Amino acid sequence: MDIQINGKRTQVEPGTTLGGLVRMKNLDPAAVVVEHNLAIVPTRDWDQVNLQDNDVLEILRFVGGG
Amino acid sequence: MSFYDRYTVFTGDDPFRRLASATGCEVQRVLGKRILSWEDYLLLLSSAAQPYLEQMAQKAHAQTVAYFGRTMVLYTPLYLSNFCTNSCLYCGFNRDNRIVRRQLTLDEVEAEAKAIAGTGLRHILILTGDAPAMASVAYIERCCAVLKRYFPAIGMEIYALSEKDYGRLIRAGVDSLTLYQETYNETLYARLHPRGPKRDYRFRLDAPESACRAGMRAVNIGSLLGLDDWRRDAFLTGLHASYLQDRYPETEISVSLPRMRPHAGGYQPEYDVEDRHIVQIMTALRLFMPRVGITISTRESARFRDRLLPLGVTRMSAGSCTAVGGRTADKETVGQFDISDERSVPEMAAMLRRAGWQPVYKDWQAIG
Amino acid sequence: MPETANQKDPLIIGGQTFDSRLLIGTGKYPSDDMIPRIIAASGSRIITVALRRVDFEADTDNVMQHIPGHMQLLPNTSGARNAEEAVRIARLARAIGCGNWVKIEAIPDNRNLLPDGHATLTATEILVKEGFVVLPYINADPVLARQLEDAGADAVMPLGAPIGTNRGLTTKEMLQIIIDEIKVPVVVDAGIGRPSQACEAMEMGADACLVNTAIASASDPVAMAGAFARAIRAGRQAWTAGLGSVRWQASASSPLTGFLYEQTGTP
Repeated sequence: MDIQINGKRTQVEPGTTLGGLVRMKNLDPAAVVVEHNLAIVPTRDWDQVNLQDNDVLEILRFVGGG
Repeated sequence: MSFYDRYTVFTGDDPFRRLASATGCEVQRVLGKRILSWEDYLLLLSSAAQPYLEQMAQKAHAQTVAYFGRTMVLYTPLYLSNFCTNSCLYCGFNRDNRIVRRQLTLDEVEAEAKAIAGTGLRHILILTGDAPAMASVAYIERCCAVLKRYFPAIGMEIYALSEKDYGRLIRAGVDSLTLYQETYNETLYARLHPRGPKRDYRFRLDAPESACRAGMRAVNIGSLLGLDDWRRDAFLTGLHASYLQDRYPETEISVSLPRMRPHAGGYQPEYDVEDRHIVQIMTALRLFMPRVGITISTRESARFRDRLLPLGVTRMSAGSCTAVGGRTADKETVGQFDISDERSVPEMAAMLRRAGWQPVYKDWQAIG
Repeated sequence: MPETANQKDPLIIGGQTFDSRLLIGTGKYPSDDMIPRIIAASGSRIITVALRRVDFEADTDNVMQHIPGHMQLLPNTSGARNAEEAVRIARLARAIGCGNWVKIEAIPDNRNLLPDGHATLTATEILVKEGFVVLPYINADPVLARQLEDAGADAVMPLGAPIGTNRGLTTKEMLQIIIDEIKVPVVVDAGIGRPSQACEAMEMGADACLVNTAIASASDPVAMAGAFARAIRAGRQAWTAGLGSVRWQASASSPLTGFLYEQTGTP
């Protein structure tokens, strides 16, 4: 499947959930927020969201800033 | 939220202990400050501040010139009606006073308007007694329709109204409200207003705020100095003005400093308010609220008004007459109070120019 | 070691009490692992962070691991160019689960990094209704500050000078008006370059200062953080102690109240 993560097109296996994707990327779930097609998905729901073709994801975390 | 919530903090004696305990040192410190708190204002009203009157006056003068320039807005009162259902002990229109009661017809209103407009004045203050059945909101609306043709701005000083009624009169052309609490002392207030709708202290106290909410462009408040200890009433007047100015920054707030004057009925005020006290109140108020307007009416003598000019006054009445139809009618009715400064508009304007002030006849034009 | 802060004069924002009036940032440090030492030296309790896309290629630390748990996090909406983006970033930041505070930065101007007041007000109105503790970053505009206060902002953050310029209180006159007239806490944010400038802001009556660049770009950021902490405490103490009156000279013009004592009339 073809999806967009943080502005870049990527391939993922059909059936991948949000939760699966986050784990695959070795991210600490408590340290990131995921926006799926412009909607914020709470961490507890990540395993219930199946990624579809052309989904747009933003995965964000806190960084240094003033 | 109402000013009453602020005021109730001061109903006891405690806050006023500062008045008695104030020292010259503290007054000096206040005079060096840029922004004064209400505690500072109270200190400036204390007797400890009396020796510093000249310094207060110099500073008040500088601030007035900086914020207002050397200008003086002139206006005149027009009494539409002296019918009254109140028995206020201190007022010439008290319903128990045997005076001739009149209410102007619209033709008479127009005649007075013509006479006043002929003097060059463009700011008028309409007044009535408290008789809503006679000088009703509808009657005032009709008068405004006539007056609008002669005056670009109409101020009014009538009985307290609701926000809704203020809205009606604003739409009819009123752009400023004058309403005096007379005294902020609730107990004394009850005694001074034994009968009639004006008895309702809270309604009157909240009315200036209702006017602000209704969109009144300018609101002028004050106490009738001498009814109670003038330091208390002057303080609470300032506090009230400051409250309104903070909450309604788009409304022009001003304060009047009327003193008890002889009138039909002969009520003797409890407290003597001397000229130096008026000077103290005015300069203290100017320092506490640099942008508040200050009005002095013809209750004060010509000589005194002239001396008050540089001390913070921004509006003065001229060519005054406190009788209903007094300018045009043959039969003069009794005025609300005796006028001390009887100078005509041209005489006032000449005095102002000699003193280096510019008389302002028109300060505002309501459109629509 | 920073002295024990004054417990009796706490900074209160969003219903919470803080014993430090120095807010710090986490941007531009030589390395993020300096942050715990900066926090300790500054005594600060409120710290800003930004929200960015995870970079899957780089192996960067999570800034959060350097921030102790007792700190109040203040995510900013940097990157937002308008109200909609600011609101979006605020919601995303809150969803990470480290609190509901947000510093609104709506900056369409990449050259001077000056905030868009209108967008900031719009975003504030929306986020206040959604239960955020909102601290809007603005130009030193007293009318805008009042509008934000009326809209429910928990503080206002007017700039001293554009972000990163270290030019001090170039907006001093307007800052003073804001400090005098606004009732919610006023946090001077951006442009403070030296501890003396932070001290000056506090002497004027500001409630707190936010300092980032001046600390991060110092040769010894930890020492500089300590200097800022002391300067802010000194300025605050001076303000609460009541600065001495400036002697007001009466002008040599003729007296204004002499008439009260003339023989002719009554005083």
